[in-house]
Amino acid sequence: MYVATKGGERAIDAAHRWLGDERRGDRTIAELDVAQIREQLGLAVNRVMAEGSLFDPDLAALAIKQSRGDLIEAVFLIRAYRTTLPRFGSSLPVETKRMHMIRRISATFKDAPGGQILGPTFDYTHRLLDFKLMADGEAPEALRSEAPSAFAPHILQLLDDDGLMEQLDVNDDTPPDLTREPLEMPAARPLRLQALARGDEGFVLSMAYSTQRGYGRTHAFVGELRIGTCAVEMEIPELGFSVEIGEIELTECETVNQFTGSKSEPPQFTRGYGLVMGQSERKAISMSLVDRALRWEELGEENVGAPAQDAEFVLYHCDNIQATGFLEHIKLPHYVDFQSELELIRKLRREALQAQVKEAAE
Amino acid sequence: MTEQSYNFAYLDEATKRMIRRALLKGLAIPGYQVPFASREMPMPYGWGTGGVQVTAACLIPEDTLKVIDQGADDTTNAVSIRKFFERTAQVRTTETTTEATVIQTRHRIPEVPLAEGQILVYQVPIPEPLRFLEPRESETRRMHALEEYGLMHVKLYEDIARHGAIATSYAYPVKVEGRYVMDPSPIPKFDNPKLGGNAAIQLFGAGREQRIYALPPYTQVVSLDFEDHPFEPSKAEHACDLCGSEVSYLDEVIVDDQGNRMFVCSDTNYCTTRQGEGHTGRLSQKGEAA
Repeated sequence: MYVATKGGERAIDAAHRWLGDERRGDRTIAELDVAQIREQLGLAVNRVMAEGSLFDPDLAALAIKQSRGDLIEAVFLIRAYRTTLPRFGSSLPVETKRMHMIRRISATFKDAPGGQILGPTFDYTHRLLDFKLMADGEAPEALRSEAPSAFAPHILQLLDDDGLMEQLDVNDDTPPDLTREPLEMPAARPLRLQALARGDEGFVLSMAYSTQRGYGRTHAFVGELRIGTCAVEMEIPELGFSVEIGEIELTECETVNQFTGSKSEPPQFTRGYGLVMGQSERKAISMSLVDRALRWEELGEENVGAPAQDAEFVLYHCDNIQATGFLEHIKLPHYVDFQSELELIRKLRREALQAQVKEAAE
Repeated sequence: MTEQSYNFAYLDEATKRMIRRALLKGLAIPGYQVPFASREMPMPYGWGTGGVQVTAACLIPEDTLKVIDQGADDTTNAVSIRKFFERTAQVRTTETTTEATVIQTRHRIPEVPLAEGQILVYQVPIPEPLRFLEPRESETRRMHALEEYGLMHVKLYEDIARHGAIATSYAYPVKVEGRYVMDPSPIPKFDNPKLGGNAAIQLFGAGREQRIYALPPYTQVVSLDFEDHPFEPSKAEHACDLCGSEVSYLDEVIVDDQGNRMFVCSDTNYCTTRQGEGHTGRLSQKGEAA
């Protein structure tokens, strides 16, 4: 005998309790604390901060712990927390030319003022499992030296001075904010960059990769990739001057793209730009390639119909919280819709079979 | 962090004001999709974040809230949303349709006619009725602006040419006050006739897609059709096996390994109320029958 499913509430409570227990895992193993995640899983923390659009390593580490290491779930926790925070003002634009760098490379110039700094990178490691880490091996401390006394200029600025780079339309307009205003098309570059900066790393990576394989090719070189910390300053109306309220780690990538000219623009180098919170260079490079691909219209290039040139396609699908929510919602009950589909298919089948019978009889 | 650290009904007042403005605009232009700055909610997109934001913006402490999913008060997501507002707004909740002042729904309109003073809030996944004909938002907005709905009629016509009937059974498009073509959210087309001339305020919230639209009370809403193929609301050709209703929308339930079926009202409150009044169906337990 059918009994309507009751007890949804009890099921939910029990499921949450079970989830908490699973998160803790084997209780004979020491529990991870948030500081350990923050210090030792720093790149995961960075990704959660970048896609969560909130610079707070402690909260990002907490979110990673709570989500059992599911980073999209962790991003979701951070986003849901972020929306509840009051806005009491905006900082001044962060000056990335005044960055204390831990890494800075250029693929276009062998050397440049400020030099190349390889920094803490996986780039030239051999991807061999290090079994010492399993057996409690202590890592030797990094070598240290004096920080350079001057800030290094942006490498693309040097090309700019030669007049080889495209002229940027620089203005002081407050950029739009898609977390406060609905995303509307067509989206100008600042809005596109904001969407990409918090977009899913995997999605942005694949979009960028598709341009390299020919779907909207943009001939990108990494003009400069820099990672480091920048001061965040805020103008305090009562004081009448700006004060430093903290510093954040950023990854910035500027690509140089060959451009043979169009009807409206002379031959020159063009730019793609990526800026991501934390140390997230895969994301920053990807972002700069996608940014450049999306600029086809303003540069008078041809739209070859590549996915990465399609701003609606990229911007409406790069957010993993929107994507995962809508994708996973098909787990929710759809009895009612399915029932109406059942009736429709039965009706159409009945009519089709009747028509066949009639045809055979004739 | 405790619930007390959040504002009444979770959203801060500035956000609620922004949503209310969108709602008022929606009510002023029935069927028009108003863009709004949808917030990230503590439940996933696709779980009713649009509906939850609309409900949060409408709720006052004196309200009585009912939440249904697929017509039922006790499906897990309905339970979860009801609990959310119990925690963040401490409003009274009910399962009785007539007692509720605000009803948040997913995929159904209650069987009992709604009254003036009630608000029905729909959760909407894809607010754009033209989306599956034209994927581009910039294009569909232009089509609405120019009232360019030929594509939709061609689609419906092609259905008839191919299948002999319009092959849309839920989220069946409607025209509002002779102007905007609107997606009624994925309600079965059985519910479409209840959209028009309804005494309640009907509000539609699509969180992920950042759109709000609305039907003020007694709005004219017409399901799209052709003179020679008139719109037909449909349901399973059975009566409810528990309350005997022949006019309610039914869920089909597989009851055993032999594939035997039973049909029960999808509106659980309607069904239990009828059973309480002594109505019985084919499978009502003997002895209980009045």
